[in-house]
Amino acid sequence: MKEKYELRLSGAGGQGLMLAGLILAEAAGVYDGKNVVQTQSYGPEARGGASKSEVVISEGEIDYPKVVNPDILLALTQEACDKYYPELKEGGTLIVDSFYVKKLPPYKKVVSVPITSIAEKEVGRKVVANIVALGVITEFTGVVSREAIKEAVLSRVPKGTEKMNEKALEVGFRIGRESR
Amino acid sequence: MSKARIMSGNEAVVEGALVAGVRFFGGYPITPSSEIAEVLSRLLPQVGGKFIQMEDELSSVGAIVGASLAGIKSMTATSGPGFSLMQENMGLAFMAEVPCVIVDVQRGGPSTGLPTKVSQSDVMQVRWGRHGDQNVIALVPSSVRESFDLIIDCVNLAEEYRMPVVLLLDEVISHMREKVILPEKDEIKVIERKKPPKGQEKYFPYEITEDAIPPMANFGEGYRYHVTGLTHDETGFPTSDPEKINQVMRRLYQKIEKHKEEIIKVEEKYTEDAEIAIFAYGSVARSAYSAVKEAREKGIKVGLMRPIILWPFPYKKVSDLANKVKRIIVPEMNMGQIIAEVKKVSFGKVKVEGVNRIDGELITPSEIMAKIEEVS
Repeated sequence: MKEKYELRLSGAGGQGLMLAGLILAEAAGVYDGKNVVQTQSYGPEARGGASKSEVVISEGEIDYPKVVNPDILLALTQEACDKYYPELKEGGTLIVDSFYVKKLPPYKKVVSVPITSIAEKEVGRKVVANIVALGVITEFTGVVSREAIKEAVLSRVPKGTEKMNEKALEVGFRIGRESR
Repeated sequence: MSKARIMSGNEAVVEGALVAGVRFFGGYPITPSSEIAEVLSRLLPQVGGKFIQMEDELSSVGAIVGASLAGIKSMTATSGPGFSLMQENMGLAFMAEVPCVIVDVQRGGPSTGLPTKVSQSDVMQVRWGRHGDQNVIALVPSSVRESFDLIIDCVNLAEEYRMPVVLLLDEVISHMREKVILPEKDEIKVIERKKPPKGQEKYFPYEITEDAIPPMANFGEGYRYHVTGLTHDETGFPTSDPEKINQVMRRLYQKIEKHKEEIIKVEEKYTEDAEIAIFAYGSVARSAYSAVKEAREKGIKVGLMRPIILWPFPYKKVSDLANKVKRIIVPEMNMGQIIAEVKKVSFGKVKVEGVNRIDGELITPSEIMAKIEEVS
C-alpha cells in the first residue's frame, strides 16, 4: 500500500456518507493502525443538499486535513459525480451508484453498480447502501483491510442491526470482487 | 483511556472538560458546537454533574456564572451568533471575577452566516466584544488532541486567574475526526481555585493581593459577599471613589499583564534560519505547516510560528521574529484580523502580508505556497 490515500465519499444529505466516513476512519486508524483524518462538508438541511465526507489515510503525519485530489471517489448522485470527477487523481478509482448516476464520465477505472437497488434487493433495506459501498471500496481498492472494516462497521451501527449491516458489507465485498 | 480512538474536536472538548473537573454546563445548542452539548447532556449526569439547556445564550452564561459562584467548574459552548449574545454576561464574569469557560466554535458570519462552514472571524470579538477594558485569555487548538489538552488548560486558567476563558475552535477542528491517544488521568494537571482560609472574621472577595488574584470563597461555604457588575471596592459593593476604582480596574488588568509570560504559548517550526515566516493559528496552521515543508523541499527557507494561546497575544515573540525574517505571511479565514496585531510589532521592520479566505472553505497549502513563491 502506498504512503497516503485520499478518499472522498460524496452524494446527498441522508445517504449515510458521514457515518461511512467515520467507519472508514475507524477501520484505518483503530483497526489497521494508520494515521487518519476525516472531515466533512454538508449544508444546514437534515436531508438532501450536497454532502461529502473525506478521509485521509497515511503512514505519516497528516497536516492539511482535507482531500485535494482523491485516489478514491465514491459518487452516490449525478451532481456529486459531475462536480468531483474532474478532481480525481490520475489513475484513481471512481465508484458510482448507477441507480442515481446515469451519465458516466469518459474514464476507464470506474466501478458502476446500482448500489442502492442492490441494497434493497439483497439486504432488504435501501438505508444500508452506504455499508454496501464501504464493502465495494474495501474489496476493490484494498485501502483498508476486510477485517478492519468489518470490526468498524459492527462497532458503529445501531444495536440490533448488526446482522443486516454485516450482510450489506458481504454484498459489497462480492460486488467489489466481481468488478475487479 | 490510552487506547487509540477516532474522535472529533467537539468530542475531545467534552472528554477534556470532564477530566478537568467541569460539572456544570448551561447552554443552547448551535452548529458547529452542538455535539459538545449533546455529549455532555449524556455524560455529565453520569459523573454527578448537571446539564441545563437554557432558553438562550444570555441565560447560558448567566447560569454558568451562578454555578461557578457556588463552587462548580462550569462551561458553555456556542458559535458566532450565540457568542455575540453571550458578551453581556461574559462582561459580568470579567467584572465579578468568576471562573468559567466558554467554547466558541467559529463559523461564517456576520449574523447567522454559514452554520456548517469554517471561519476564523471571531478572533477580535473574543478580544474586544464587550464594552469596557479587560484583558482576556483565549486558546486556539489546531488538532483534536490539542482540543482535549487546551480545554483542560482553559478550565485551569479560569480557576487560577478567576475569570472567563475562551476556547476558540474553528469548524474544521471541531468536526474533524482524528486518531488520538489520550493521556491517563494521573498524567493530567488539574488546578483548583484559590480559596480564603476558613474562619476569618472578615473576607474581602476583591482585595488587592500581590499576585492580583484575590482568593475566592464559594457561596454556601461560610462567607457572604456582594456580586455586582458595577465597579466595586474590595468588599464587592459599588464604589465611586476614584482611588478605589483605579485600584480595582488596574488590578483586573494586572491579573493578566503580570502573568502573561507564564500564560503565552507558541509553537515554532523551522524558524531558526527562516527568511520567510508564516504566522498561523487553528486549522489554518495545519495548511501552513504543509506549505512550510513543501517550501523547504524546494529550498526556500520558511518557518512557522503558531500561537497556541492567541490572547494574551505573543507580541514579544512576533517582534523577535520580525527582527530576523524578511517577510511575514499571515493566512487567516477572515479579511485580516490578527494580521493587524502582527503589524503592530513588526512595523518598520518587515513587510507583513495576508492570505485571506472568507468563502467557508479552509485555506489550502497551495494558496499559502503561492504566496511564499510570490514573496521569495
